Amino acid sequence: MTAGTAGTAMTARAPGTDAADAAAQAAREAVFDAAVAADERIEPRDWMPEAYRATLVRQIAQHAHSEIIGMQPEANWITRAPSLRRKAILMAKVQDEAGHGLYLYSAAETLGVSRDELLDKLHTGRQKYSSIFNYPTLTWADVGAIGWLVDGAAITNQVPLCRCSYGPYARAMVRVCKEESFHQRQGYEALLALSRGTEAQHAMAQDAVNRWWWPSLMMFGPPDDESAHSARSMAWKIKRHSNDELRQRFVDIAAPQAEALGLTLPDPDLKWNEERGHHDFGPIDWTEFRDVLKGNGPCNEQRITQRRRAHEDGTWVREAAAAHARKHTAQPGEAQA
Amino acid sequence: MSTDTWPLWEVFVRSRRGLSHTHAGSLHAPDAEMALRNARDLYTRRMEGVSLWVVPSTAITASSPDEKDPFFEPAADKPYRHPTFYEIPEGVKHL
Amino acid sequence: MTGTDTTTARPAPALGGAPARAALALGDDALVLAQRLGEWAGGAPVLEEEVALANIALDLLGQARVLLSLTGDEDELAFLREERAFLNLQLVEQPNGDFAHTIARQLYFSTYQHLLYAELAAGDGPLAGLAAKAVKEVAYHRDHAEQWTLRLGDGTDESHHRMGTACDALWRYTGEPFQPVDGLGTDTAAFEPAWLDSVTAVLTRAGLTVPDGPRTGAWAAGAGRQGLHTEHFGRMLAEMQHLHRSHPGATW
Repeated sequence: MTAGTAGTAMTARAPGTDAADAAAQAAREAVFDAAVAADERIEPRDWMPEAYRATLVRQIAQHAHSEIIGMQPEANWITRAPSLRRKAILMAKVQDEAGHGLYLYSAAETLGVSRDELLDKLHTGRQKYSSIFNYPTLTWADVGAIGWLVDGAAITNQVPLCRCSYGPYARAMVRVCKEESFHQRQGYEALLALSRGTEAQHAMAQDAVNRWWWPSLMMFGPPDDESAHSARSMAWKIKRHSNDELRQRFVDIAAPQAEALGLTLPDPDLKWNEERGHHDFGPIDWTEFRDVLKGNGPCNEQRITQRRRAHEDGTWVREAAAAHARKHTAQPGEAQA
Repeated sequence: MSTDTWPLWEVFVRSRRGLSHTHAGSLHAPDAEMALRNARDLYTRRMEGVSLWVVPSTAITASSPDEKDPFFEPAADKPYRHPTFYEIPEGVKHL
Repeated sequence: MTGTDTTTARPAPALGGAPARAALALGDDALVLAQRLGEWAGGAPVLEEEVALANIALDLLGQARVLLSLTGDEDELAFLREERAFLNLQLVEQPNGDFAHTIARQLYFSTYQHLLYAELAAGDGPLAGLAAKAVKEVAYHRDHAEQWTLRLGDGTDESHHRMGTACDALWRYTGEPFQPVDGLGTDTAAFEPAWLDSVTAVLTRAGLTVPDGPRTGAWAAGAGRQGLHTEHFGRMLAEMQHLHRSHPGATW
């Protein structure tokens, strides 16, 4: 079926056989390049280079997958949240993540891939999600640390994406960023309560920050000189700042926040560099990063297994509703058949 | 389309009375009733709307970017459709 | 309203005696069901339903917090009471099971809660204000459960079978809501016929057979409103309370 006539991207047409086609192709490329150069948005039905489309699908899908896999480590604490206020906040936050996954899958669908296809790729390991979610949430303080550090890093990454050259992605990110503003604050507030609480609570908070700090820095991706996709994405204005720039920005923001929390960051080399106007920080263990990426993190298997199980357990429900619709309504998808 | 696939719907939200419905995004639902409910849950959970439309994505016919010029350029040379085209003597009010 | 946490400033306990006990019973219903629905997070059949279930859970949790706060400190009540002090219906503590069980539980409970809150909202008792707000939320929960009952009952052979099984399994907990509750100021037995009519209509429309088993278990001497619960409940409470109890006196 031709899902989403209004929303589906036109991809490059079959290559022409004569000079006229080549000229038309060159003209389309020129229009695309000019639009990107002029900071205009590319919209779904505009012509776009196949590689641009593929890059967007890969990035938006990975982003969507991260939102829904990211529900797991936090959902792990919903049933055990230590106060009803915290329980309500955490439920609302995990719900937002499902919503953000939905916005992002919708954005990806405008590029002509279905959510089913993308979920299948996630479930079979052919598309990735952010490695950060392969770390476990061992204590309640981890919920706070995720809000402060993981969401903080995510926001640093995401705010520039609101100006991404692809319209539907940029619009989805505007919505995500707006809703996410409470996520980081609630995490910080939860950690603050622990830090100022009993000795055991303070220790819990410090332990969580110790475990989440370095993985959070890894969220910005490999250093610029090793980043495979960075340069082209920057040229296309899918990406606006380099991995290292964003990482530095995050460290500069987080360091004073840690101080205000009364917690330390687990990096003896972290200090303000007057000359650079930035914080210096110690070397990141990229071996660990690559290892987790390869599937050897503490929770890779668990996260995907749980996701796959939810999807498989839900199959009969989705089938039932689809069957009910076929019996009782004219299917929109078949109206044009 | 596999047996457990739900069609795609476009969601339009009226944020407050007096404004038009505006495209908010899309979602999947088995039928129109569920699409409305899913839209309510997803796109108005922060009090973003007072009214919703859901439309099967396949029901929308869009103009093609390839036809952009024939569709939209001709309007560019008809400035007399805009109020600023006309000169009015200084001091004349309520026009 | 958005952006401000209106839930932190709470009035001093407003109720005592039988009315407090009644508010606690309704608050426990909402709290326990919210806790159960919270277990679905990350495991719903489809993302859209993930959002829907969380909305319902959040509504219920909000109701619970208001109701518990009418009678004392919400966290002390939620986290420090023993199992026998909880007054919720046995229906809401039943495990999620498959999605059909969750929907059957929602259908039975939301229909009851909607009738009850409409009644309370129309009255002038201490719960009228809360009920007036909650009745709108609960109307949506009821609609959600009815919509899904229709789709599962009249979907595929498998879903029809699962929904039928779930409706049968939970039927034995549907008599309890209509037993009298001291201090509620309303005759719960009076709207039992309306409940039965409504549930019968939905099940019939869904092509399901209305269960014909007894509406209270054979061992129904105490039941939830008197603090007697099913085996599932202790385990649920243990999970809900353990962190709070591990740090006596701590603030979160």
